[in-house]
Amino acid sequence: MKKFCLALCLLACVAVIPTARGEELTRGGVLNIATIGEPPTLDPTSTTADVVGMITQHYYETLYAFGHGFAIKPLLAAAMPEVTDGGTVYTIALRQGVKFHNGKELTSADAAASVKRWLRNSVRGKQVADMVKDVSAPDTYTVRIEMSAPHTPLLALLSIPTSMAIIIPEELCEGDLKDNIGTGPYKFAEHQPDRYVRLVRYDDYQPSPEAGDLYAGERVAYVDELRFIPVPSANTRIEGALAGQYQYSDQLPIENYDRLVGKDRVEPVITDPYGWPILFLNCRDGKMTNLAMRQAVQAAMSQEDMMYIAFGEEQFFSVDGSLYPEGYFYHSEKGLDLYNQYDIDKAKALLKEANYDGSPVRILTSMQYEFHFKMAQVLAENLREAGMEVSIDVVDWATLTQQRTDPTKWDLYFTHSPFVPDPYLNNFFNDEYPGWWVSPEKTELANKFNAEPDLAKRAEIFGDIQELLYESASSIKIGNFNLLGAKDKNLKGYQPSSWPSFWNVSIR
Amino acid sequence: MKIYLLKRLVGMIAVMFMVATITFVIIRMIPGDPAGLMLGPDATAADVAALRAKMGLDESIWSQYLGFLGDILKGDLGNSIFLGGLPVLRILADRAEPTIALTIVSIVIACLVGIPSGILSAYKRGKITDQATISVAMLLASAPSFWMSLVFIQFFAVRLGWFPASGYGDPGAGFFDRMYHLILPGIVLGLVNSALITRFTRTTMLDILEDDYIRTARAKGLGEWPVIMRHAFKNALIPILTVVGLTLALLLGGAVVTETVFNIPGIGNLVVSSVLRRDYPVIGGSLLVIAGAYVLVNLAVDILYLLVDPRVKY
Repeated sequence: MKKFCLALCLLACVAVIPTARGEELTRGGVLNIATIGEPPTLDPTSTTADVVGMITQHYYETLYAFGHGFAIKPLLAAAMPEVTDGGTVYTIALRQGVKFHNGKELTSADAAASVKRWLRNSVRGKQVADMVKDVSAPDTYTVRIEMSAPHTPLLALLSIPTSMAIIIPEELCEGDLKDNIGTGPYKFAEHQPDRYVRLVRYDDYQPSPEAGDLYAGERVAYVDELRFIPVPSANTRIEGALAGQYQYSDQLPIENYDRLVGKDRVEPVITDPYGWPILFLNCRDGKMTNLAMRQAVQAAMSQEDMMYIAFGEEQFFSVDGSLYPEGYFYHSEKGLDLYNQYDIDKAKALLKEANYDGSPVRILTSMQYEFHFKMAQVLAENLREAGMEVSIDVVDWATLTQQRTDPTKWDLYFTHSPFVPDPYLNNFFNDEYPGWWVSPEKTELANKFNAEPDLAKRAEIFGDIQELLYESASSIKIGNFNLLGAKDKNLKGYQPSSWPSFWNVSIR
Repeated sequence: MKIYLLKRLVGMIAVMFMVATITFVIIRMIPGDPAGLMLGPDATAADVAALRAKMGLDESIWSQYLGFLGDILKGDLGNSIFLGGLPVLRILADRAEPTIALTIVSIVIACLVGIPSGILSAYKRGKITDQATISVAMLLASAPSFWMSLVFIQFFAVRLGWFPASGYGDPGAGFFDRMYHLILPGIVLGLVNSALITRFTRTTMLDILEDDYIRTARAKGLGEWPVIMRHAFKNALIPILTVVGLTLALLLGGAVVTETVFNIPGIGNLVVSSVLRRDYPVIGGSLLVIAGAYVLVNLAVDILYLLVDPRVKY
């Protein structure tokens, strides 16, 4: 079991410690943060929507959290867990003296009830719920999670800020979340739908004694008040930033980069890298169930052209087939000879092998993410060049998320994902995710990967999974892309990240 | 008059019923699923199905339709799926203030600009003033309102810093702060709508200025000002009132584009965001209220005819 503990400690050590910026942070002020829209709910357990995680992480906290490089660190937990019984029992000591926003002290009864709630209600919690035998509170400050089998991604699942394993008072854990009471550095003050979510500093906050590191460690609320303002129009977000109305504007169209450079009070913020667009192929129904057909699509694709057309300037994308870019712990080069092939002759030969009948290949895409649509257009040309008939079905995102669940309605569709802390969180691992890639080899490798406590071995297995993914052509990575935001030059201490956070920052 | 009003009210009920039915049918014909949107991109089909059942979206379409109509008859427009489960009526009441305020600001600007310029244009028919007025009106009518909004934001908010770029005031903002946020969108909407009023006023005034009684008034030695204002304009009021009434009704339904670009939490903005997130009760309720406002404004305009023209009888 020491091996398992060592693995968790190593996981903590892969962190890239941020360089001290030497910025002087001061208390006071109000931050107006323009988000991409109204959060669909304020219960972060019940959704994976990023905007919900971005807002609620300021007033809810988890047992563990990510530092730089996705290093898992304690947040409400006092230390990394003690893992015993062959990696099946996690004993987690809680920090003492932590108070909820209603003044009640956090105890293991609250934490155990919250974890159970997460297992019941969260998409991510349900992924492991079947493997959890019991969650108990052996004493006032200790939580114990007993699993039926070792499952290394558990801590990553407990740390991620979407579909979040929030710790709330025990009495709120039954039914729908009725009150917004957490332990975070900010407390919930007011929600005016479609206008703002207002948070104010929690003066009795007990920060982690560890140094602040992205989402983990010490969190200090320097700013008096945070206002998350839903601004669905990207143009309005950028004009508001330029006018000094928003001190941070999230997710801006990259064409606006030049407008943000050289300004007196605002500057661009690039989250590099943010995520990766991905093409899912329908492995359950239709022509793409044929491996040679899928490989033909993969052979015909020019990821380089797709990324260039979709993102324009090279500072906003990179043509990279590895599922984790260089510098990430899980980076691997395996299988990359099948990436960015643009080999039309090979695609034609594969089409012949697949006995392609000339019926249209249906690409499902959305204009709501313009880069999806642009990539679909390039892909369509690539496929036509190889001799395929192609139709593009352009719908709004809500329609796409529904239509992709029906295997009879599409052959290919585009989506995207941020780089997730544990590879297990990638959707292609899930047999039921639209695309429906199921194979005995995948299951075997996934089981091995999830049970393996040794980090180096995990990375090696993940390389094999990446290779298998490319060979199966079940989902195909397009590249890496960066996110553009804008911040007030007086906003100090801000670190670009997938879920922007505003503790340890100040505004003058 | 009473019988006329009664007929109009019966007609209004029929219109509302049709709006309710058409809205219900159309919104459910659009693919897309509020449950999927709420749960986020990684939700499984089973999670989505469970939430759909909880929301009652798995019931038969007839059952949902009858429930929807029944609730309307009880004065209950349902609860929002997304906005914290708040009652639709309360949400609409919250959104009415910015929309009504914006409507008043913009209709006042539209009338102040449109009516005088239409009169002037007609009076100076064929001259450079007329051509310039008509050209500007054409420009305002043809310019997309989102483009005009962005130009105004860039110039008056970003470059000059005179007005806020967007929003409806900070939390707890007082009346004057909220109105201050509406000046820029009010000007844009007012100018856009003034184009139609200008052209309508001009055309109507041109017809009237050629009538015999105008010639008679001039022959009697009346000055141009009394001829135009007391004789011509007074008779042009009914058609102008009609177009102002229609504009008012449209604005009350929410200036969708302007509210979206300026991020004003009004009814237009609410309808757009509710359609995108498939918030069925809010879409249905909003459209009913918009249709009701439209019908009521038209009724009010018809009644106003009585005041401005004694010849009108119902």
